[in-house]
Amino acid sequence: MNVRFRISRFKSGDRKRRFESFELEVELGATVLDALLAIRRLLDPSLVVRHSCMHASCGTCGVRVNGREVLACDTKIAGLPAGKPILVEPLRGQRPVADLATDMVDFYARFDAAGLPLVRAAEVPAGTEPPDGIKAFGRFENCIECGLCLSACPIARWSHSYIGPAALAAAARVVAEPRSLGLGPVLALAGEHDSVWRCRDAMQCTAVCPSAVDPAGALLDLRRHVAAGGLKRLFGRGAKLA
Amino acid sequence: MKERLRHTAKRLTTNDRSEDGGRPSRERTDDGPRVPRPKRARSAAVAPSGVARSAAGAAPILPPESGAPHVLIVGGGGTGGALAHDLTLRGLRVTVVERGEITSGTTGRHHGLLHSGARYVTTDRAAAIECSAENKILRRICPGSFEENDGLFVAITDEDAAYEKRFLEACWECAVPSRRIEREEALRMEPGLNPELRFAIQVPDATMDAMRMPLRFFATARCNGADIRPFTEVVAVTMAGRTVSGVRVRDRSADREYEIGADIVVNAAGPWAGRVAALAGVTVPVAPSPGVMVAVRGRLCNMVVNRLHSPGDGDIVLPQRQLTVVGTSSWLVDDPDDLAIAPEQVEAIVRGSAELVPAVAKAEIRAAWSAARPLIGGSGAGSGGSTGSGGSTGSGAAGGAAGRELGREWQCFDHATDKTPAQGFVTVAGGKATTLRAMAEGTADVVCAKLGLVRPCSTNDVVLFPHSAWYSA
Repeated sequence: MNVRFRISRFKSGDRKRRFESFELEVELGATVLDALLAIRRLLDPSLVVRHSCMHASCGTCGVRVNGREVLACDTKIAGLPAGKPILVEPLRGQRPVADLATDMVDFYARFDAAGLPLVRAAEVPAGTEPPDGIKAFGRFENCIECGLCLSACPIARWSHSYIGPAALAAAARVVAEPRSLGLGPVLALAGEHDSVWRCRDAMQCTAVCPSAVDPAGALLDLRRHVAAGGLKRLFGRGAKLA
Repeated sequence: MKERLRHTAKRLTTNDRSEDGGRPSRERTDDGPRVPRPKRARSAAVAPSGVARSAAGAAPILPPESGAPHVLIVGGGGTGGALAHDLTLRGLRVTVVERGEITSGTTGRHHGLLHSGARYVTTDRAAAIECSAENKILRRICPGSFEENDGLFVAITDEDAAYEKRFLEACWECAVPSRRIEREEALRMEPGLNPELRFAIQVPDATMDAMRMPLRFFATARCNGADIRPFTEVVAVTMAGRTVSGVRVRDRSADREYEIGADIVVNAAGPWAGRVAALAGVTVPVAPSPGVMVAVRGRLCNMVVNRLHSPGDGDIVLPQRQLTVVGTSSWLVDDPDDLAIAPEQVEAIVRGSAELVPAVAKAEIRAAWSAARPLIGGSGAGSGGSTGSGGSTGSGAAGGAAGRELGREWQCFDHATDKTPAQGFVTVAGGKATTLRAMAEGTADVVCAKLGLVRPCSTNDVVLFPHSAWYSA
């Protein structure tokens, strides 16, 4: 099918962004990333786009398609409204590199503060026994560090002191499964600048998350822990949150 | 109109400045292309915040050696990253240029298997032995980057079962630890296995995040002074006579061209190595051999599940976060940028994998994609002077249709010994994601020998920074 794209363009040194249109023939199962790479290969080699794994596991190809944060590799063109040009823009709230690429430095400055290890305990069916030499099955955390939630969050967009949904979800994961980490620093982080209380439940983070992290839900859990910690400080160890 | 004039003026000044011709200085702080320019991370910013993720503090911060020879690496995949890390530890000045994002070629797309070596014990012993050794080293220097759940080779048919003796003997000969597991025990480990299995063999396979593990090499190399430039495409190799003096690159983030001088240029462009070599007027026998992989929703196993037979299509199932990745196939192409997938290939892979883990057949497909392996062989085989070595040369069969018959070995070609030589130009090609460190060691040995330096490799023991250090300001 023939599809028209309107792509946000920007090069280092440019004063402002502009849009450029491209038309190309795509196959039925093609994704937005397939199309962007075809545009780079066939129409304009100067198009800058980040990508790596091609299957929604690395989190590098986050963009906004028709105003919505998505992974380009995970967005089928056939699922988008037909007959209208497809608008592709970079994520918000990150420093621009060029065209659709953004620098994830600000994302990681927030995310890393939670200190979430990459590997977590894997869920296993009842009765499962790991093999000789393996204590317990492990697996990578769900969060693929793509930054879609941070771009979609209306609070993080306007306030840089708010550490945002990905970092708070990471903190909640540390609380849920501390591994060898102490909970003090991570709860302090969540309480800092009233982080957990600034969320206004827009739920955009959970809506755009491509990896079922559910930052909004994680944040609610974290609020309970932070509140419980606060009450303990006020009323001593015996206090319980109703 | 006004806007256009201003734009033109800007371009001219940019061009003026960009003709730097000489060696890039890492201290250069002009306002040229902004972000892809590496920011040398401060060690404080990099130290993992009280995380079990790694003992990254073990990686030394070396002062850059002024006047040290400058090596330019073309290609920001796993090989280029590991080589940059190795060479900076040996005290050389290093620049990496990559036309797209780091790990956007073959590296980021593979299925994420940290090979135990077992997959190649009967077909490519040298590759198997090397994988077995590198598997242990990578676990040591990249702690926290692997799902260390081991792997199984599963026998389902009589034919598979008959393969057992040969397989176990070959594992033993290649130093790949292996252990026979009876059917019931295997099903207790992995309830999702095909219940018709006869038995399984446990091997130390693991899975990795195909992007984040190699990113640790880049992060550490940059902290040690390497200059890593994504979105920077080589458009020409500059030469004085038959001696390479550097490269001309196009910076895609600022749309400008400039030159970078170098004492040695290393072509680590993977399946694109042939194109880069052509810029220097030499050939390399690299055959881009794509493989299709499919990710389905749901984590259907925790261990790597392989079919107990010689490597073929649709015979591996790997867990990855909440997905299951199944693969793979193999054929040969000319253009590594054009890897169209036929729906039949996806069906065949899903069908084959479902014989191992039946739930794959019913799971929703999340993505199907392909990646081009940079196999050695095909046209032009033997034209390069082979120096470093990852093992025996494969069959070298040219014009094979599938690429399965080509070995998984890697080679380092010093083009100074070609019939039409290119002095100061080296290509490293072939190999596996699992062997990236070994490829870097062998290539760095060649580079140092060419520069007349005796500097031992130390990447065996240097624990790498976590992947997030790559993104530190």
